[in-house]
Amino acid sequence: MAENLENLGEHIKSKRPDCVLDYEIALGELTVHVALSSLVSMVEFLKTDRTCQFSTLVDLTAVDYPSREARFDLVYHFLSMYQNHRIRLKAEVREDEIAPSIINVHPSANWFEREVFDMFGVLFAGHPDLRRLLTDYGFRGHPLRKDFPTTGYTEVRYDEVTKRVVYEPVSLVQEYRQFDFMSPWEGANYVLPGDDKAEAQG
Amino acid sequence: MKDQKFEDALTGEQKIRNFNINFGPQHPAAHGVLRLVLELDGEIVERCDPHIGLLHRGTEKLMESRTYLQNLPYLDRLDYVSPMNQEHAWCLAIEKLTGTEVPRRASLIRVLYSEIGRILSHLLNVTTQAMDVGALTPPLWGFEEREKLMVFYERACGARLHAAYFRPGGVHQDLPPELIDDIEAWCDPFLKVMDDIDELLTENRIFKQRNADIGIVNEQEIQDWGFSGVMVRGSGLAWDLRRAQPYECYDEFDFQIPVGKNGDCYDRYLVRMAEMRESVKIIRQACEKLRAEDGQGPIMHRGKLSPPTRGDMKTSMEALIHHFKLYTEGFHVPAGEAYAAVEAPKGEFGVYMVADGTNRPYRAKLRAPGYLHLQAMDHISKGHQLADVSAIIGTLDVVFGEIDR
Repeated sequence: MAENLENLGEHIKSKRPDCVLDYEIALGELTVHVALSSLVSMVEFLKTDRTCQFSTLVDLTAVDYPSREARFDLVYHFLSMYQNHRIRLKAEVREDEIAPSIINVHPSANWFEREVFDMFGVLFAGHPDLRRLLTDYGFRGHPLRKDFPTTGYTEVRYDEVTKRVVYEPVSLVQEYRQFDFMSPWEGANYVLPGDDKAEAQG
Repeated sequence: MKDQKFEDALTGEQKIRNFNINFGPQHPAAHGVLRLVLELDGEIVERCDPHIGLLHRGTEKLMESRTYLQNLPYLDRLDYVSPMNQEHAWCLAIEKLTGTEVPRRASLIRVLYSEIGRILSHLLNVTTQAMDVGALTPPLWGFEEREKLMVFYERACGARLHAAYFRPGGVHQDLPPELIDDIEAWCDPFLKVMDDIDELLTENRIFKQRNADIGIVNEQEIQDWGFSGVMVRGSGLAWDLRRAQPYECYDEFDFQIPVGKNGDCYDRYLVRMAEMRESVKIIRQACEKLRAEDGQGPIMHRGKLSPPTRGDMKTSMEALIHHFKLYTEGFHVPAGEAYAAVEAPKGEFGVYMVADGTNRPYRAKLRAPGYLHLQAMDHISKGHQLADVSAIIGTLDVVFGEIDR
């Protein structure tokens, strides 16, 4: 299995040396890193090449790394029902960059790209209908970014007086608790409440 | 100028514009909270724009602030008609990242309950789809069997629906021998019920008229729109992850992969019916294997992922500490990324997990099969009658828990 993937990775790299930045095999899965500019041609190559035949787009998503210069990773998963193998494609995209849409190669990317736009705010050039998909009508912000609070910013309730649903800023009786589980004795970089000694040292 | 003259000659009926209607969000045939904006030319659907997200709960966001084990019950709430199949994908992803071997008995139990989940889902789908096209009896008969299956769920894990039974490293509790006997005893009467439903629907004139040649999907469309599961098999492609990329111990089971011929709603119905019969076969074999000598043994991988036994906790301090740490801090998963997929009743359900070495997933993406199927709704329903829309939604097998996440 791993050998097949190794061959496949080598094949893709030799056929498309200009597109493939790097490839790796981990946990029995082949991951190919590509530059954003060569993404569409790479996807097209994977679909048409006889040994690849990655004709199904299984999944498209993004991962947010706020500390990185190129903030988002676009992650594509492809499957070939004919050759029975899978591949993962990764492309980095900066926050101010517009990613190319692969909708012309895989029509199924439509909702996936809308979802990534909705959740991460990554724009796709060439998408015919880049509306929000999963969030509320008129929603603001991109929830799956790491700097978006889990509680969100607005909450809704039915107002008896105006007889309609009203939007209000979130007010919690108790702060939403994000546990970090780091032991205060090792590795925690915060000061425990009431720890006067730590204050004096710092 | 000339055109305007013609307009004058048009009768009132000819001047009719396309008509937009809202199908849902509270429509019994929408299988949940689906809002379809349909543009109709008379009775013919010109455009269909699904508005989803009415059941969006932000599962993926919530998962980023909870431990791997705390996240497990969220998976039940995705496709809530076959909860354990979803948990399975989650567990497989964690096991892939941590390199955990599942004991054989746990593996067999997982197969057994995955197939029960498949029957649960197909029963609901086949019978309610029949209801959408006008038959009322099938859901009444089918739900009785579902009820029995949910009792099996309850006897294994204590919950009828939200099981939280599959755990990383195995399953939560062992099955008592009586339960295995009862599951096996359930098989034969169930096949009778299947025959009854078969008799009621398969050759039924109305059912055939409403389903045959409706929503035909060909091989190219399958690839373009990323279909999986029955949507693929209904069109004659024998693609099943249980066979193509075997996970768990499916490779030692003997079962057929039914395929359709025409790829229409009727064939998908036939495939689902045949698949339930195959699932019964697998359930029988699993019961057999669970009773066999090599089917005995632990149901949980012993290690960091699983709690110590009760006995250990009473005698060993380390075991007690382990238990406490497991349920407060949770286990840590080594950094890396993995994609694990299972053949859920509705198609390929996948979990893409990015771990950063802590006790919580850095990012978890849930890949729902229904999401892609519903996406193609516009493509499939174009040119069909309005009444066919509900038949098509029925055989797409959409459940909003997994689509909206």
